[in-house]
Amino acid sequence: MNKPVLAIAEQREGTLRRITFEVIGEARRLADKLNTELNVTILGFNISSLADILRFHSPDKVLVADSKILENYNSEAYINTLTDVVSKIEPSIVLLGATSIGKDVAPRLAARLKTNLISECISLDINDTLLTAVRPIYGGKTRATVTSNTPKYQIATLRQNIFKPSIENSSKTAILEKIDTEILPENLRVQIKEIIPPPKTVVNLTEARIIVSGGRGMKAPENFKMLEELANILGGALGVSRPVVDAGWVGHEHHVGLTGKIVTPELYIACGISGAIQHQAGMSTSKCIVAINKDPDAPIFKIADYGIVGDLFTIVPLLTEELKKMLRKK
Amino acid sequence: MNIIVCIKQVPDTETKITIAQSGLDIDRSNISYIVNPYDENAVEEALRIKERLDKGAITVISMGPARVTEALRSCLAMGVDKAIHLKDESFEESDSYGTALILYEAIKKIPYDIILCGRQAMDDDNGAVAIQLAELLNLPHVSLINKIEIDETYCKATVHRKTEDNIEIIECKLPAVFTCHYGLNQPRYASLPGIMKARQKPFQEIDSDSLGLNKKEIGKAGSKLQVIKMEIPSARRAGKILEGEPQDVVKELTRLLREEAGVI
Repeated sequence: MNKPVLAIAEQREGTLRRITFEVIGEARRLADKLNTELNVTILGFNISSLADILRFHSPDKVLVADSKILENYNSEAYINTLTDVVSKIEPSIVLLGATSIGKDVAPRLAARLKTNLISECISLDINDTLLTAVRPIYGGKTRATVTSNTPKYQIATLRQNIFKPSIENSSKTAILEKIDTEILPENLRVQIKEIIPPPKTVVNLTEARIIVSGGRGMKAPENFKMLEELANILGGALGVSRPVVDAGWVGHEHHVGLTGKIVTPELYIACGISGAIQHQAGMSTSKCIVAINKDPDAPIFKIADYGIVGDLFTIVPLLTEELKKMLRKK
Repeated sequence: MNIIVCIKQVPDTETKITIAQSGLDIDRSNISYIVNPYDENAVEEALRIKERLDKGAITVISMGPARVTEALRSCLAMGVDKAIHLKDESFEESDSYGTALILYEAIKKIPYDIILCGRQAMDDDNGAVAIQLAELLNLPHVSLINKIEIDETYCKATVHRKTEDNIEIIECKLPAVFTCHYGLNQPRYASLPGIMKARQKPFQEIDSDSLGLNKKEIGKAGSKLQVIKMEIPSARRAGKILEGEPQDVVKELTRLLREEAGVI
């Protein structure tokens, strides 16, 4: 039998991230294709309830590393633990989320195992036993299809919001296995001193299903309240383009674009955003794009599914009202 | 304090990209190149650290073909003290590990306390080389930093790492590798005297043999990945422009979003 596929789950502050299920869903598909087992591993502290959730997502085995030292992501503690897990089960494929954790640990893991790494994949397949992947490059202007040269330890990170998440399946439960960690805090060269949450509760942009974004056309920082209200009605998050960040109107954590966040929501509403190539690099893979702009020649209209040429200061409040009515009826 | 900055020369992010006839690379015939923007943040931060401590030396290092000279010169003009160009035909088409290995062989021979890199190159968007270099040098690393303070007495750095939703304040022993996020600083422009001075600064070229590299481990021969196709994604087609009175347009939009797109 082929070596197993390993999916690395991701939890933060005791909550499983959505990407975990996307990674497991894809790992299951590849494991079935290779006719092999799916193993899932999770690292953290006091995570038995999370491990229990994972058992019902169709893996054959869940490997749990539960230790105080793994409570928050620490690059050194994580890399050492993951190296132990990978050396133990010798997976043919290792999948992680392309998140600030996955993209931090995967390159190091690949270098330690002297194997390959395919980052930010948007589609995966298997050719014989070799992993083939499609990944956007040049800020999304190009796509490369790459293939691995070795069937051992093929590591890939998956872009968020692209892969179909696994669904709970209570008929099949996996066995749990404990992974011991013998890392001493004093041996870690990297120590987390403090974790500062964002100023107020903002929806994580990369996980958001709906994003309402504003650009230079919003004219002033106070006008973003209007977009926040629209985002709230839709249960979405606020995004902005780079000029807004540069002007200091809204914080960088909301920045969508080449140097900000790459997002793939189901609905992206761009208000007063012209759609420069750098902004498009961050959002052009959204499933549905709405553009509201007074300039009919704005490039954003070339990629929008629905466009409204007009004054956003008239349109947005009307849209908020209309959606309020519609969603209330539902 | 010896600071090394690793940079990459990449196509200008404004450049229109087309695919080469081979279908395996972009067409490089009409491309203008720049220093990778995140790497400029790394160069700027190195200069600021040196200014704050009022001592130290900064070496900028890059692997790539002859054109990379220009990128290294522009870093010298910004104020970096010395440049190293890793240039050899056998380096071409290295994957991230191969590139990290080449940098490792060059860097392990020179003194360093801090190694700064950009968070990722804006051409292949991998974000792997810096972290793999840290692994090869057996150094700790922190990625995505947007603030750094150096404590020379205790040989450590306190950095802010910007994740999706939080800022992590991390203490890291030196020497270490850090990857720089946009927002760390605003890179300076080279001044005219800076450009003049750059011409006199040490500029070293190093090839594969003098690094003692095994050519099977680097370049195309050593690459553990192979590009089998490169293509421009099919452009999104422009959709409907909704016209009419604002009231009606908004009603129509919400209907379409629900019934046609099915997203609300």
